[in-house]
Amino acid sequence: MPDTITINGTDHPLPSDPRTSLLDFLRQDLGLHGTKKGCDHGQCGACTVIVNGMRINSCLTLAALHDGDDVTTIEGLGTPENPSPLQVAFVEHDGYQCGYCTPGQVCSATAMLDEIKAGFASDASADLTSEMKATAEEIRERMSGNLCRCGAYANIVAAIRDVAEQGDAA
Amino acid sequence: MTAHLKQDEPDTENFLDTMKQGVLGKPVSRVEGLAKVTGTAPYAAEYPIENAADGVIVTSTIVRGEVVSIDKASALAMPGVLAIIDDERLTTRAAQGTAGEAPQQGPTQVFFWGQPIAVVVAETFEQARDAAKHLKVEYRAEEGAPLDPSDAEPEEQEDETVDQGDLAQAMSRADHAVDLAITTEGHASAAMEPHAAIAQWEGDKLTVHASLQMLNYNIAELADTLGIAEDRVRLVSRYVGGGFGSKLGVSEEVVAAAIAAEQVGRPVRVVMSRQQVFQCVMRRSETTQRLRLAGDGEGKLYGFGHEALVSNLPGEEFAEPVLQSSHFLYGGANRALKLEVARIHRMTAGSVRAPGEAVGMPALEIAMDVLAEKSGIDPVELRLRNIPDRDPEEDLPFSSHKLAECLKQGAERFGWDSGARSPRHTLDGEWWTGTGMASAARVHNVGEARARVTLKPDGTAEIRSDMTDIGTGTYTILAQLVAEMLGIAVDDVLVQLGDTDFPRGPGSGGSWGAASIGSAAYLACRALRRMLAEKAGTDESELVLRDGAVDGGRSLVELLDGEELSEEGHYEPGDIADSHTASGFGAFFAEVRVNRFTGETRVDRMLGAFGFGRVLNEKTARSQCLGGITWSIGAALTEALHFDPNDGHLVNCDLAEYHVPVNRDVGEVEVLMVEERDPVASPIQAKGIGELGMCGGAGAIANAIYNACGARVLSFPMTPDRVLEVMPE
Amino acid sequence: MRPFDLQRPDSLDHAHSLSDGETATLIAGGTNLLDLMKLQVETPERLVAIDRLGMNAIEDTEDGGLRIGALVTNTATANHDRIRADYPVLARAILAGATQQLRNRATTGGNLCQRTRCYYFTNIDQPCNKREPGSGCGAIDGIARLHGVLGTSPQCIATYPGDMAVAMSALDAVVEIEGAADTRRQVPVRDFHCLPGDTPWRDNVLEPGEIITAVILPAPVEGKQIYRKVRERSSYAFALVSVAAVIAMEGDTIARADLAFGGLAHKPWHDPRLAELLVGKVPDAALFDRAADLLLEDAQGYGENDFKIPLARRTLAAVLAEATETTI
Repeated sequence: MPDTITINGTDHPLPSDPRTSLLDFLRQDLGLHGTKKGCDHGQCGACTVIVNGMRINSCLTLAALHDGDDVTTIEGLGTPENPSPLQVAFVEHDGYQCGYCTPGQVCSATAMLDEIKAGFASDASADLTSEMKATAEEIRERMSGNLCRCGAYANIVAAIRDVAEQGDAA
Repeated sequence: MTAHLKQDEPDTENFLDTMKQGVLGKPVSRVEGLAKVTGTAPYAAEYPIENAADGVIVTSTIVRGEVVSIDKASALAMPGVLAIIDDERLTTRAAQGTAGEAPQQGPTQVFFWGQPIAVVVAETFEQARDAAKHLKVEYRAEEGAPLDPSDAEPEEQEDETVDQGDLAQAMSRADHAVDLAITTEGHASAAMEPHAAIAQWEGDKLTVHASLQMLNYNIAELADTLGIAEDRVRLVSRYVGGGFGSKLGVSEEVVAAAIAAEQVGRPVRVVMSRQQVFQCVMRRSETTQRLRLAGDGEGKLYGFGHEALVSNLPGEEFAEPVLQSSHFLYGGANRALKLEVARIHRMTAGSVRAPGEAVGMPALEIAMDVLAEKSGIDPVELRLRNIPDRDPEEDLPFSSHKLAECLKQGAERFGWDSGARSPRHTLDGEWWTGTGMASAARVHNVGEARARVTLKPDGTAEIRSDMTDIGTGTYTILAQLVAEMLGIAVDDVLVQLGDTDFPRGPGSGGSWGAASIGSAAYLACRALRRMLAEKAGTDESELVLRDGAVDGGRSLVELLDGEELSEEGHYEPGDIADSHTASGFGAFFAEVRVNRFTGETRVDRMLGAFGFGRVLNEKTARSQCLGGITWSIGAALTEALHFDPNDGHLVNCDLAEYHVPVNRDVGEVEVLMVEERDPVASPIQAKGIGELGMCGGAGAIANAIYNACGARVLSFPMTPDRVLEVMPE
Repeated sequence: MRPFDLQRPDSLDHAHSLSDGETATLIAGGTNLLDLMKLQVETPERLVAIDRLGMNAIEDTEDGGLRIGALVTNTATANHDRIRADYPVLARAILAGATQQLRNRATTGGNLCQRTRCYYFTNIDQPCNKREPGSGCGAIDGIARLHGVLGTSPQCIATYPGDMAVAMSALDAVVEIEGAADTRRQVPVRDFHCLPGDTPWRDNVLEPGEIITAVILPAPVEGKQIYRKVRERSSYAFALVSVAAVIAMEGDTIARADLAFGGLAHKPWHDPRLAELLVGKVPDAALFDRAADLLLEDAQGYGENDFKIPLARRTLAAVLAEATETTI
């Protein structure tokens, strides 16, 4: 069994204190502060990262249990010099204000668009068995695990729809 | 040199409108946007400070009394623990906004359940958190502390009292009288970034990276708390992950980090847990309000009454200013207004976004809706008929007044049906649908502000202030303002904020930031323009700067010829504030669905129309309005602090059980900005905007619930149970 | 968190041997357990991670049902083709709970063992008989908004907070449990959770060392399946009241009425008398009222949660009306 965890393509040894959450491992041990701690209890989504393709709350999982896993954080999605389409859209549509929930929103939205493509259903899906579409109502439900206290939701939805439509056109 | 203005006269010159760069007001994307979306913008706890230890705050488990002893020895024996600190300088509450002096200190005296009493410092966060949970504290509890507002004798806030004419008589003679009791629950700011600080001492100089809104006041508060001179303190808050009032005053983690760093001789980081942010920072007081309106046959008010009971800890000066806009929003010669405070032992009450109006306006706007119904007058029309020409209490002119335009334009854009209104007109499946509206008003404030603008020989500029950007867009509007004034590109302006080594700004709070710091920047730029005009051999008023050059002449680089120009702008509110009533105004329109079985309410559509002076950035201004509307939805439907009746502790102290709105709670939202120039508000003719978007919005939703299903709910938030309680079958 | 030893067994047998005692706690997805460990509501000395022991498949059973492995994530369950098609009440219940991020980690077994959200249980400086036997109940004389109205006891009025198990109760699913020394037993979901009684610390019937290995769904039945969740915001909130229903009609009369309720009790509430009352009857408002009367005849509110009684009545009526296409 590997005793390392892959973060944005780089292998790192697991933390020595098993209590270390994946979130604290990223922030404290690796200095990857892009992933935010908003509540530490899975109640806000600011700590969302993508593990083996699935978005999760990094605060509610132990880093030591992710040996061999492939983790993508906000730092792995884009940089100021080379931002991802969602990052560009969030800036264009002002899909943030204070910016603290934003990396979590972007990670979440990145995985969410893949989930729609993969046909995952949501509480907003009228029909569980038909094709899933990135409608405003679907995006609102699927992004409800990421709180934004500044109240940028309307712009977040606009940014994501923009990218979803570009994706459809591509 | 300093370019100083104390504004005593209206400014109708609108000098900014003569600038030619054409960037001010435009929907420019945030200059710090890429840093935020890529996670590279550093917040307080994230500065890479070597060798920082972690501190965790310990809070009281009694209501009132004193800490007799703390078993430090057994905690110190735990792995990694460096210190248990209960220094008498520790603060037990946050400072109120603009206090400028130390808040309550002395952790041995307990005034509420959940009050900070100590801080545990350890090598790692997990070690510190574990030791904090283990710390054994012996208390001497004092019984009988009043915990509920109804348990305490209310104290009248006499400066809020208005007694004009005879309201009782007006009510008895009114064609249509409304007399309602409305309650609102407490709210939490719940900014996404928990309160955090890293303190480090270098010799006798203290630097704290913190998450604070008003460094200009916070530096004085921290220095006073520690008993040291201000010039030994530096505060840095470049990015603040939301404030909404909760970070106005220096808070417990800042002081705890500073004292802990001093005692352990190395930097210390203290981050509050989410539960602590809820339990020991600031709450918006619950309110009990009485609204009385006396209208004549035409719906014109001749009596107006608004009374409110709020609460706070003994000794706290802040009282939720529920009546703030009731003093001037509507006319009515016979007026009775009264604000009372009950002294109780719950956590401190303080500013939460739009203190006062956030809860006072929705209540007033329900009363107006009831009056409209009783009078048989359209709710928009009723409001239009009651806009006073002058401040009805102070008899002062308004600086500018866009309420009528907002009501009319908003109604038109929303598609408001001004025909006869009766509830329960449309049932769509299980859902009653309906519409409602409300006025918006939020007093305009300004504060003293300084900013230094430097024009570099290469034709780029830099602006510095200790002003903060808490998500409002300050970085961007300052870049636009400087770019506009100096005729350069927005990208050529470097904005440096959030550091007390820079000139003192006004801080972010009370929606005064943009108008105040913008005015300081404006003054500095005017001075730079005078210097440039001199070099160009012309008058400043004639100087046209565009795209880095004098229009049709030399470039800035040539004009500067290697010289750097720098000036500090210094803006002070002047006498003009006493000769006018200044406020932002607006109107909300809402369309909701109410489930006929479960009483659940969904806001399908909301529109806000707002007039707040000059729009400095269409994109960020709109976002501020969207934020306010989102908070309106929370205040209307979901947000309520619940306090235990036996010890006063906040029971729903996390984001799972304190329900801030989620994405799905917010339907289609539209914002209409009714642009204007307010000559009194500031030299840049701009007013505040951060709070206006929630000053009445919850009332529009409440009125829409009534129109939809006939439930006239008189308590916020309008959760399913409260709707069902009064929904006709 | 208290310090703990983290152990990761390589087989189920190994897991039994490690967890056979008072000092060990199993961890799978961890979304509930770590939340509680940070608050020190849970303070295991040893944490036995079973997250990589397989048990993550959904398989057809011989009788046409499905066997959902204990470590299948909520996301995988909700999006499984047959579950969406044949057991939509289960997919709907899962999707109505938590968020995509949490459902991606939460597992079948873990979700069954989810602990209450009672604010007094999660605050270690408050009395709670569930967390600290004998310390009292803070909620009964305190704020009881989240709390139960059915099957409560003077010791505890907490509710089971989940959604998935409510649907499983309506579907009459069975929990497959394996103990040490290869002992296996099956417990209906309807009997898996306990009422608080005099042992409020006990959430369910699992004994030390026992591990949930799967949940078995019986063969699908005809009828309409509905999961209705009433909550204080439109998403990411625990139920005030929820109703899971599997309702079939034969002509004008009700032929099947399998109902379970969330938010009302210490367990997903299933009252067999409801089916007895409803089956064979022509649906109308009066019948739905009688069903609610039966469901709620022993209901007791605790002040703040009194509203749950009328809300449960109304939500049940809405679900029955929708399922039977009855206008009320």
